[in-house]
Amino acid sequence: MRFVDEFRDAETARALAARIASLCEPGRNYKFMEVCGGHTHTIYKHGLEDYLPEAVALVHGPGCPVCVIPMGRLDDAIAIAEQPDVIMTTFGDMMRVPGGRGSFFDSKANGADIRMVYSPLDSLKIARQNPDKQVVFMAIGFETTAPSTAMTVLRAKADGIENFSIFCNHVTIIPAIKAILDSPDLRLDGFLGPGHVSTVIGCRPYEFIPALHGKPLVCAGFEPLDILASVAMLLEQLGEGRAEVENQYTRVVPWDGNPKALQVINEVMELRPYFEWRGLGFISHSALKVRDSYAAFDAEVRFPVPGVRVADPKACQCGEVLKGVIKPWECKVFGTACTPETPIGTCMVSSEGACAAYYNFGRFTRERVRVAIGP
Amino acid sequence: MSMTSEQHVLQRIEAARQRKPRIKEERITLSHGAGGKATHVLVEALFLDAFRNPLLEPLEDQAVLRIGEQRLAFTTDSYVVSPLFFPGGDIGDLAVNGTVNDLAMSGARPLYLSCGFILEEGFPVADLERIAASMAAAARAAGVSIVTGDTKVVQKGKADGCYVNTAGVGVLERPVELGAQHCRPGDAVIVSGPIGDHGITIMLARGELDIESDVISDTAPLHGLVAALLDAVPDGVRALRDATRGGVATIVNEMARASNVAVVVDESTVPVRPEVNGACEILGIDPLYVACEGRFVAVVDGAAAEDAVAALRSRPGGEGACVIGHVKDDPPGLVLLKTAFGGTRIVDMLVGDPLPRIC
Repeated sequence: MRFVDEFRDAETARALAARIASLCEPGRNYKFMEVCGGHTHTIYKHGLEDYLPEAVALVHGPGCPVCVIPMGRLDDAIAIAEQPDVIMTTFGDMMRVPGGRGSFFDSKANGADIRMVYSPLDSLKIARQNPDKQVVFMAIGFETTAPSTAMTVLRAKADGIENFSIFCNHVTIIPAIKAILDSPDLRLDGFLGPGHVSTVIGCRPYEFIPALHGKPLVCAGFEPLDILASVAMLLEQLGEGRAEVENQYTRVVPWDGNPKALQVINEVMELRPYFEWRGLGFISHSALKVRDSYAAFDAEVRFPVPGVRVADPKACQCGEVLKGVIKPWECKVFGTACTPETPIGTCMVSSEGACAAYYNFGRFTRERVRVAIGP
Repeated sequence: MSMTSEQHVLQRIEAARQRKPRIKEERITLSHGAGGKATHVLVEALFLDAFRNPLLEPLEDQAVLRIGEQRLAFTTDSYVVSPLFFPGGDIGDLAVNGTVNDLAMSGARPLYLSCGFILEEGFPVADLERIAASMAAAARAAGVSIVTGDTKVVQKGKADGCYVNTAGVGVLERPVELGAQHCRPGDAVIVSGPIGDHGITIMLARGELDIESDVISDTAPLHGLVAALLDAVPDGVRALRDATRGGVATIVNEMARASNVAVVVDESTVPVRPEVNGACEILGIDPLYVACEGRFVAVVDGAAAEDAVAALRSRPGGEGACVIGHVKDDPPGLVLLKTAFGGTRIVDMLVGDPLPRIC
């Protein structure tokens, strides 16, 4: 397949792997965080770790939109979905996320009208087709998806669609990275920057990372070769004693981001004073809410929401996984009480969640598998 | 943490997976019908528990019954596909071919089908005529007769248009004993053609995605191909299953588990049409999990693999057959994928449901 296969070429991968190995200083170990869950997914899905030397470890970061939704927010969403004459629309990833009182799936089985959509515009279409119902879009995601949510609100307003609103859970990536950098448990050598978020916010917002923390960041694409190339770029910086923001994903990410998209977000949404992140706790100025001027499209205004904070289950260590402090399999309930079928934590639900990626793709012992696979 | 502790965790997980399945949900969700893990749990923990008997226990797609000297294959399947009509077929030919194929996977020659209709009040008679005509045509093409049936009508809103159930019987004329538990290290895993056409067709036919493509459903009877395979390598075939819900990935997992062997699949050899691959790429779905309605997975003796593939390729519908993997002894119960990129990962059973009501 054109534009895909080129970025999955095994021969180029071998050449990059050799370069990565040659860039590693003998005796030194490197720990890089891939911020985005999309990267985590790619790494496991393509078996990319087979190409990395033992000295290079990839640590999974907080950039999985589904994973960071706290249980209380999901309960709020379910409370809205269970109001009479409401159609709740959501990305499929959210369906199995456990809240304090079950998941969307459970609520749907109990009779709530919850539908999967691929875009907020599909949700708006459902609102048009069901004028006697209230259609709510469960808006999640980082700056990557916020523009399309905001555009949909603008479209609804322009078209005078009154039975549509969004339950806004959009979050912003920089405060999450700051929280990671402030975490005392983690010593990182650099970051693979979130490529998709960066298409919107650009590369400049990361400049504080080298400036204040002395760590390099390379904005990375999502194909396996993108990730290998980005790892090589990080190692080059470290080898040359540099710490800078670099852009590997130049075919998609403009250095200054997408001003139009930022403007659209800014028109419809504003920063919340604080927002709870699953496992990470409350982080100030880390999420977006609908501006008062668009309150008619804000489900939090239109419907009563309990707004009760629900503590994560004690056994769940999603927070440590999201911060990269522990590997998925180091969580006490990983793979036994918490599985993709019956998840306790969010990281086991989303295809971008580190636990789900490891459980679904990486749950094997490399030595034993090498024998089975052969050379 | 050292590798040893990771190994320890992996062992603990395997132990947890071996435990007797238990339904944790209070209510049925769509996952229970998706053909993946939740379906397995439901079948094993609820139905098998209630109905347990030696014929049911293998949990094959059909039961093989011995009546006198004769061995009969017996199966049933219900069809709830949405939309009812889609490129390459409709619920009618699906209901015939699906049941014919469940019989064929035992090596049987399908003979007779029943059909039961559950119709929603208000369903257009013209649509029902169209469905009946396509069932008749599919039955003729497959050489089976529809010999008994039933009709029920429910109030508007209590069903979605038309559901069809078919049951089928066939006769085993060869001395074959096929079963997912018969796979051995050294065997080869074959698919009979490009995978995922049906699932992607249905997904696109629903029109929710605004993706256009020429891909059509692969719905087809498979007993002719199976007969060709069994003629070519009479002693070499261990197990056959048609790759419907849950796709090839789920079938191969079932075989790895039932035989307690490892299966190594080479991703670069798995046949997927470019348009199916493209749609999967856009939708973030792995074609290995996408349903087919006219493809099967065969596990054959490694020494017979070449002859098996040649026999399939010589028949219409089998032109795209190829070896996609091999059976190994370790690690037992796991399916490993050598990715096209050159890495390694496992392929688990389907979790959740990317696409309800595919068949």
